[in-house]
Amino acid sequence: MTKIPVHLDINGQHHELQLEPRVTLLDALRERLGLTGTKKGCDHGQCGACTVHIDGERVLACLTLAAQAEGRAITTIEGLARAGELHPVQAAFLEQDAFQCGYCTPGQIMSAVACIREGHAGSDEEIREYMAGNLCRCGAYPHIVAAVRQAAQEFAS
Amino acid sequence: MRDFSYLRATSADAARQAAALPGTMLLAGGTTLIDLAKCGVAEPDTLVDITHLKGLDRIDVNERGATIGALAKMGHVADHADIKSRFPAISEALWQAASAQIRNMATIGGNLMQRTRCPYFRDPANFAACNKRKPGSGCSAIGGVTRGHAVLGTSEACIAMYPGDLATALVAFDATVHLGERKLLVDDFFLLPGTTPDREHAIEPGEMITAIEIPGSAAARRSTYLKIRDRQSYEFAAASAAVGIEFEADGRTIRDLRIALGGVATKPWRVRAVEDALKGKALEPETVRAASLLAIEGAVDHGANHYKIELAPRVVARAILKLGETA
Repeated sequence: MTKIPVHLDINGQHHELQLEPRVTLLDALRERLGLTGTKKGCDHGQCGACTVHIDGERVLACLTLAAQAEGRAITTIEGLARAGELHPVQAAFLEQDAFQCGYCTPGQIMSAVACIREGHAGSDEEIREYMAGNLCRCGAYPHIVAAVRQAAQEFAS
Repeated sequence: MRDFSYLRATSADAARQAAALPGTMLLAGGTTLIDLAKCGVAEPDTLVDITHLKGLDRIDVNERGATIGALAKMGHVADHADIKSRFPAISEALWQAASAQIRNMATIGGNLMQRTRCPYFRDPANFAACNKRKPGSGCSAIGGVTRGHAVLGTSEACIAMYPGDLATALVAFDATVHLGERKLLVDDFFLLPGTTPDREHAIEPGEMITAIEIPGSAAARRSTYLKIRDRQSYEFAAASAAVGIEFEADGRTIRDLRIALGGVATKPWRVRAVEDALKGKALEPETVRAASLLAIEGAVDHGANHYKIELAPRVVARAILKLGETA
């Protein structure tokens, strides 16, 4: 199929790509732009490893066509840190040891940043419900909840 | 995923005209369509992206009811203050559906077009037979692993369960779907499989969902969506019930009752038999439990899904009694 021009705004940087229309945002990030922090888990919208933000909201890059993301502000895990300082959610994941293998972690962190911003991190129960779209096959869930709780409290104070 | 061409609709009319062409499909949130394209189930030649259309994502709520634009996101509707206060069952059905990420992508119109999660339907590489995918090819689910399949509304051609939550709540409250000028009840929008399980929605080529409309009512205001699942979150229903109730001035006698079942049928399943049995009666646990058994009348199981026949009436009864506690 003929490639189409796709302009993507990722972490504040503008990228001009020529892509087949079927290319997902996930594949464009990883295979074309070398932004491999966003992970491919199930590639079917079931695991959350590919979570990124579009216009500030968490979405799944594996079910988003790159062409659909044109004109929107995309943020990936690579865009969270500011001037060499980890984002507070990244720091909380380190402090709470909220991962084992780490493969789901970028998605967990992107989801957690949005979860807190949405106001859905008010209790452990609410954190578990609103983080349910991010699976961790190592089973680090108790520490993930602790990290989100800690970061949410830091934002609130 | 087979490649396709991609067009961005500039107007609703242009989208409708494009979608009338064979091989062309409308693309909104993509959470069903892109997934099914990867599974090899959807094989569009052209996708027409409607997500950039303006004005189709409005949420208007007033005394008469709610009108929700087709492009409103599930997550936004779930969190809308007036939807939460006037239509709690709608909000609850939405936030218990999918994940936060998917709810930020998936639109209300696309939600109504959601396809079944039948694993045989979703796996053409391993299961050639599926009447829903390929009419006349047979049904791999019948005689297969059926734990997640329907017990109500099935046919010899198909036992695939309707997996959605929102539409279950919509059917309970007599919502209508707007296909441009044409309007029909959500209950009539979803079709029974019968001999044509490939046809799931009463939508014609060249039509597009523009909005849904939910009439306001006292029952909708006192409503809930109870969803029972194999795991606590991010899972389809083993059985669910959208229930709304209005009491007489005594606070005990049931004036109005709306009930629809999810997770057990081939389409969102209104259970008027239970409603009729309980209207005018006082809310007593024994009466409610006995009447709730009518919810599953006519059910046919296929072995592993037998548990739904026992579970569904209990879910209905529990939802009704839960609403009674707040009286």
